[in-house]
Amino acid sequence: MTKISRRNVLKGGAAFAAGSTLGAPMIWAQNIKDVTLRQFGTGVSNLNEVAQKVKEDLGFTLEMTALDSDSVTQRAATQPNSFDIADIEYWICKKVWPTGNLQAMDTSKIKNYDKIVGIFRNGKLTPESTIAQGTAPHTVGFTSGPDGKDFVDNESGWMTLIPTIYNADTLGIRPDLIGRPINNWSELLNPEFKGKASILDISSIGIMDMAMVVESMGEYKYPDKGNMTREEIDLTMAIFTEAKKNGQFRAFWKSFDESVNLMASGEVVIQSMWSPAITAVKSKGVPCVYQPLEEGYRSWGGGIGLSAALTGLERDAAYEYINWYLDGWVGGFLMRQGYYSAVPETSKNFMSENEWGYWFEGKEATDTITSPFGDPLAQAGETRDGGSFQDRMGAVACWNAVMDENQYMVRKWNEFIAA
Amino acid sequence: MCPSHPAPESPNVLKNNTFVGWLMALPIMAVLMFFLVLPIIMIVIVSFWQATEFSIVPAFVWENYEFLFGSNVTYRVFLNTFKYAAITWAFTLGIGFTVAYFLAFHVRSLTWQIVLFLLCTIPFWTSNIIRMISWIPFLGRNGIANSTLISWGVIDAPLEWLLFSDFAVILAFVHLYTLFMVVPIFNTMMRIDKSLIEAARDAGASGAQILWNVIIPLTKPGIMIGTIFVVTLVMGDFITVRFMSGSQSANVGRLISNDIALLAYPSASATAVVLLLTVLIVIGILLRFVDIRKEL
Repeated sequence: MTKISRRNVLKGGAAFAAGSTLGAPMIWAQNIKDVTLRQFGTGVSNLNEVAQKVKEDLGFTLEMTALDSDSVTQRAATQPNSFDIADIEYWICKKVWPTGNLQAMDTSKIKNYDKIVGIFRNGKLTPESTIAQGTAPHTVGFTSGPDGKDFVDNESGWMTLIPTIYNADTLGIRPDLIGRPINNWSELLNPEFKGKASILDISSIGIMDMAMVVESMGEYKYPDKGNMTREEIDLTMAIFTEAKKNGQFRAFWKSFDESVNLMASGEVVIQSMWSPAITAVKSKGVPCVYQPLEEGYRSWGGGIGLSAALTGLERDAAYEYINWYLDGWVGGFLMRQGYYSAVPETSKNFMSENEWGYWFEGKEATDTITSPFGDPLAQAGETRDGGSFQDRMGAVACWNAVMDENQYMVRKWNEFIAA
Repeated sequence: MCPSHPAPESPNVLKNNTFVGWLMALPIMAVLMFFLVLPIIMIVIVSFWQATEFSIVPAFVWENYEFLFGSNVTYRVFLNTFKYAAITWAFTLGIGFTVAYFLAFHVRSLTWQIVLFLLCTIPFWTSNIIRMISWIPFLGRNGIANSTLISWGVIDAPLEWLLFSDFAVILAFVHLYTLFMVVPIFNTMMRIDKSLIEAARDAGASGAQILWNVIIPLTKPGIMIGTIFVVTLVMGDFITVRFMSGSQSANVGRLISNDIALLAYPSASATAVVLLLTVLIVIGILLRFVDIRKEL
């Protein structure tokens, strides 16, 4: 468990200062400065820069703790008094919400609620969209009332999590070592890449990538990839165990750095990967593409939930924090790393036209694109892999999920690793 | 003899050797009780508990052991663990014995013996994780080993089995643990009375006969101590197997670490208890061959 300490000096902080014209809301009494909110969550959005900006804009202190997703789940479920704000993924919410450790949030207090993208409200990016399989955020996003322990399928006015960050994941490839177009998930098990493929050794996400591959191979069509039966789990594992025994995989990876090293060194030419890992490989000067595939993306989303124990001034501060979160600065900060904000239009104010065009609209960069930390990510003339927001989030095939047969799946996963 | 006058009310207590012996052993016993025995008892207790997805529940159930012994993965993984231990043992013994023999009997001056012995320990100045990971770029597809072999014309295509294979795992184990064999063997060899070897030679024994009939029997305690080190280290390892096999092989340590990552502490404890018993049995068998206490 690591406690992130706020960095005193923020590299390139001047670049962000331009956007901080909002100022602290006037309604705040002086004692808001004494409020400390304890937030915990996975590393993705638990960023020091956010805590620092909160102090600047809102005046109160945000303490952040980053944990891995298993620990986050356990803590949210068992220690409701150890946190004020939980920054968790939607599939974790599905597990944690029924315990009653989080409180429903009144959407009428959320200023930008109407601007939140459809994915998190009715599940549809556009009115014509079909809803993807797995734990789609809107299915666990609403509850029946202030004390609800259930999930409802309409916009009830009471949200379980306020969406903050999400993205669409796919396979990463080395175009220079493959030398031909890759268009399907099934290529992961193509014997052409024998000994040069990899998959991540995190069961809950790995099983979804496997399901995408199995469907793409035409072996089986899952009624719901996000909630497999025991037979479906067995079938999926059997296909991958056979591939493993035939030497298809070079290695499995568990940490972000391992995936970067496997790809950058050329040990692996095709593998499951996360968006910032692609960026890390590219920044070593090695070509790497986050390949859009015909079957679509495996997507994930996270949001902020409030502890059931939060009341009074602290709860007011938490609402103010949520409103600030959706107001654009954080969104811009996240979008310039390749993630998406729940209210993209407010983030636009905190991005240059070039950045907005590259990251959101899928346009050619007109100038060098740099990350918020100052690393160059793309040169003028390049476009984002997968294109625009609509193209990428419109092609989501499934969401990260938690299955009813989760424990069975984990055991089978261990067998696969030991096979 | 106790130099100070014993307290009048207990005149014989401090003269009692058994009592003094126990008193002197008390600090180390307290430390071992607290940091070794208690945690192990705790692990044994937890291994009978139940786990849900969020929490562990005190109970007394056998389900963790039932699952462990009911799954053929367990047997395969234990077999794999023994395989790693046996092969690593054979190599570290061969290399360790040779190095120790050279240091003890071929290097004549004590100064050079010490210098060369310290030379053996230099790699141990860095962490063993670093020593292990440094093999990865060396053995990789485009690594130094493959590119050298290709440039020499020995091979045409990179050897895939160099990295992320059982070969890589055992290579790393041998590299990491050979010194644990060298040190105790060298230590016992240094204490062999040289006149025994002279006597054997005077009696007409050949070099091989001296090695087999004099040196090896007298070095057995050192070999046994080295063996215990290597076998316990290899059987308890998980990180070397994970990195060098690219997560593709499993040993018991990895089963335990996977369980811990999934918060299944009772199941991890049950596996740990079985592993502990297995290792104790192995050591018990080894100690049947050599009475270390007598030989020390």
